[in-house]
Amino acid sequence: MAVKSHNKAKHPGKLGYSFRRHLHERFIELLLFMSALLSVAIMLAIIAMLVKESYVFFQHVSLWEFLTDTQWTPLFDNAHYGIMPLVAGTLVSSMVALLVALPLGTIIAIYLSEFAPFTVREIAKPFLELLGGVPTVVYGYFALLFVTPLLQIIFPELPGFSLLSAGLVMGIMIIPYVSSMAEDAMRAVPMHLREGSYAMGATRFQTATRVVMPAAFSGIAAAYILGISRAIGETMVVAIAAGMQPNLTWNPMEPAATITAYIVQVSLGDLPHGSIGYQTIFAAGLTLLLMTLVFNIFGHLLRKRYREIY
Amino acid sequence: METNSESIQYKSEVKDLSFYYDTFNALKNVNMVLHDKKITALIGPSGCGKSTFLRCFNRMHDLYPGNRYDGEIMLYPDDVNILAENVDPIEVRMRISMVFQKPNPFPKSIYENVAYGLRVRGVKQRAILDERIETALRNAALWDEVKDRLHELAFNLSGGQQQRLCIARALATDPEILLFDEPTSALDPIATASIEELIADLKSKVTILIVTHNMQQAARVSDYTAYMYLGELIEFDVTDTIFIKPKNKQTEDYITGRFG
Repeated sequence: MAVKSHNKAKHPGKLGYSFRRHLHERFIELLLFMSALLSVAIMLAIIAMLVKESYVFFQHVSLWEFLTDTQWTPLFDNAHYGIMPLVAGTLVSSMVALLVALPLGTIIAIYLSEFAPFTVREIAKPFLELLGGVPTVVYGYFALLFVTPLLQIIFPELPGFSLLSAGLVMGIMIIPYVSSMAEDAMRAVPMHLREGSYAMGATRFQTATRVVMPAAFSGIAAAYILGISRAIGETMVVAIAAGMQPNLTWNPMEPAATITAYIVQVSLGDLPHGSIGYQTIFAAGLTLLLMTLVFNIFGHLLRKRYREIY
Repeated sequence: METNSESIQYKSEVKDLSFYYDTFNALKNVNMVLHDKKITALIGPSGCGKSTFLRCFNRMHDLYPGNRYDGEIMLYPDDVNILAENVDPIEVRMRISMVFQKPNPFPKSIYENVAYGLRVRGVKQRAILDERIETALRNAALWDEVKDRLHELAFNLSGGQQQRLCIARALATDPEILLFDEPTSALDPIATASIEELIADLKSKVTILIVTHNMQQAARVSDYTAYMYLGELIEFDVTDTIFIKPKNKQTEDYITGRFG
């Protein structure tokens, strides 16, 4: 008490309450809060729209039919509304893409983070990022006009449109996303962990795979989840190179439509708003959203379980 | 200490060692010896090159480009210069282990942390691993605390336990020399005391070289002490001599706290 009064006497008024500073602080806080709120609000708006329009769709088509019918022909006279062919197309093309992107992305990340000399990394990284900057429509035509003919040399029976060709190119497209995020995660592993490994007589490769990768697990998992989401949501490549006929198949050598390709097809067509055909794209969009949501939640749980532990 | 020079056993001998980080000359013509199964302490003010010197022994500097050694570190009884170009640093590190300043357990279980050195050497048999790991943990005075939770993540251990785990990890491969780089600087006094006690106990098994910025620690645990300053070895002698009647004025000033 004595000390307090002493200070007050020495610096009169210095411990007062600055209304202006307080207001300024609150204003900035509000601004930051609004920016954060905006992204959440947009997300909610998208979900609301999809759910509302899908609700209209499910008034006409039962959820059971939607999930079990093996045909997707909403634009035909004899309309079928089974989402499975589109889901299968999406999963198969994504699977092919991920079989390319995840292993290659990881290997590139290991190389760049643990092996590459400084100059090689400085040259290779911009090129990789450029790979991610190529418009997806260019990739689509690259798949259709270059990769498909190339694959047809190996598999002569491969049709002009195929999930395989689209998936492969989509995989190449996703590599930079996976590799750059995984590399960042691995480079963030502190040097003293690596030194600990080297000091035990480990080689560079042993250090990378047995110490650095487990330590960076959560970041690498995040990179994989991003890659998966990109593959499922990718539109142009599959729309151009995989064909647009819904086809319930698990064989990548066949042409098939994905959810995204179907949505593009219908959005570009001239179906009247409010028709059942038009409503299908919302039901398809909602399915797509749920699929990516499942992967994101899974990824989130994985990251929480194995957060950066070093 | 040994009186008869014939009976003195050297584990290692450093001959005219200089070290360069690119153009910076961090070690200048260092000459000294490591006595077999003894503890040698390196003391000196920050930046004097004592950690740099320590890290020459397991060729840690090879990990970064631009580093250069000059001179020799002979390892006995092999009579090999471990700095020679044709000596693989991995081979060196398999025989000379290191414990770091900050406990750096790997993101693995306690068991797998200690097994690491054996696994990178290709040991796979469970029975051998189990036995070596138990021995290492016992030698690191950690066994009783962790024997019931060997498969828990090593990060759940306290700082002092983590450092003893790192010592167990280094011991599991039966090294000939154990390097300690300020092993207690990140620990509280109680954990420090237990690590010091452990280091003193390990002397019977392995030759030890320890960097410390804590002079009391050097006086407590070591048999020999080297005082370094600005990359030069100023004085190297039996620890008691260094601390009671150093020959060099600089050493005396540092020891008595007039400098540093």
